[in-house]
Amino acid sequence: MLNAILSISLLALAFGLLLGYSAIRFRVEGDPLVERIDAILPQTQCGQCGFPGCRPYAEAIAADSAEINRCPPGGETAMLALADLLGRDPVPLDGEAAEEAEPVLAVIAEQECIGCTLCIQACPVDAILGAAKQMHTVIASECTGCGLCLPPCPVECIRLEPLKVDTGSWRWPFPTTPHDQMKAG
Amino acid sequence: MKEYLLIIISTVLVNNFVLVKFLGICPFMGVSKKLETAVGMGMATTFVLTLSSICSYLLNEYLLIPLGIEYLRTIAFILVIAVLVQFTEMVMHKTSPVLYQVLGIYLPLITTNCAVLGVALLNTQQQHGFIESALYGFGAAVGFSLVLALFAAVRERIIVADVPAPFRGSAIALITAGMMSMAFMGFAGLVAA
Repeated sequence: MLNAILSISLLALAFGLLLGYSAIRFRVEGDPLVERIDAILPQTQCGQCGFPGCRPYAEAIAADSAEINRCPPGGETAMLALADLLGRDPVPLDGEAAEEAEPVLAVIAEQECIGCTLCIQACPVDAILGAAKQMHTVIASECTGCGLCLPPCPVECIRLEPLKVDTGSWRWPFPTTPHDQMKAG
Repeated sequence: MKEYLLIIISTVLVNNFVLVKFLGICPFMGVSKKLETAVGMGMATTFVLTLSSICSYLLNEYLLIPLGIEYLRTIAFILVIAVLVQFTEMVMHKTSPVLYQVLGIYLPLITTNCAVLGVALLNTQQQHGFIESALYGFGAAVGFSLVLALFAAVRERIIVADVPAPFRGSAIALITAGMMSMAFMGFAGLVAA
């Protein structure tokens, strides 16, 4: 009886140790750098960096084939965080990213909106509210100002307006990355 | 030598594990929709079955019998098979990513394949020696792969055939399996084993 319990326990223990050891010994490394870069990027998947999403951009940065300044939604915060992570020099934001460096917000001129829903489909963060043949509007707190809703609009009623800082919208400058803010919010 | 050949023929054709002993029916029905996946499953099973029948033989001979705890065979064998499959998966993931991708999800699925445990238990029941155990496991796996590949090929054709509506899907697959099983009974008497 004791014999049986002991031997099966020992057998199980030995197998457990074997598996535990081999899990460490034969671990397959993913690329941890890509994960960390991806964590800094804002995950809007807007494609303004020229890559099909945040992760491909992160992979390109990790492979040293892309600059760190191509992310407009992340803005300067993300660029500085990337520079810090990768030990590269901070570079000014590139192209489109530079123009929209200041925080902007998409605004729909509601009297002109025809309710075509095209901008809703384009929005990567689901910040536009509306239905077919109903007036659409932008949920200001969700909008990242990526500007992807502008091209599909057939009547050009969407504008990007600089975010006016007033007592209602001013925030303490948190020392966090955009990704952290998204996770918290 | 002749004896070993008989074991192989016996397990592959005469006492086929799927169609005659009805073990491992789950992957037989589940993974036989496409020939490619069936071949992948067959390869993974062959690998695990051969290895597990060797390991369970060693475990039985050098641990369970000396300690007089043969009655714990089932638990011990399940343990060995599960560990073996996990270990193989880890090593394969590290050393040969291509093979890992081919076998993919089928490898962990084999842990619960009753044919694997069945072979291990039958080995001890029929008091096979070391080489006999290994050959028995290998033969069983080859038989399993053969039947799986045949069945998958048949099912690929059934999909495009004009099957009456009530028989479509699993129903016709089960009928086909039954007919294959009857066909394999024709091998009985090929060897006396």
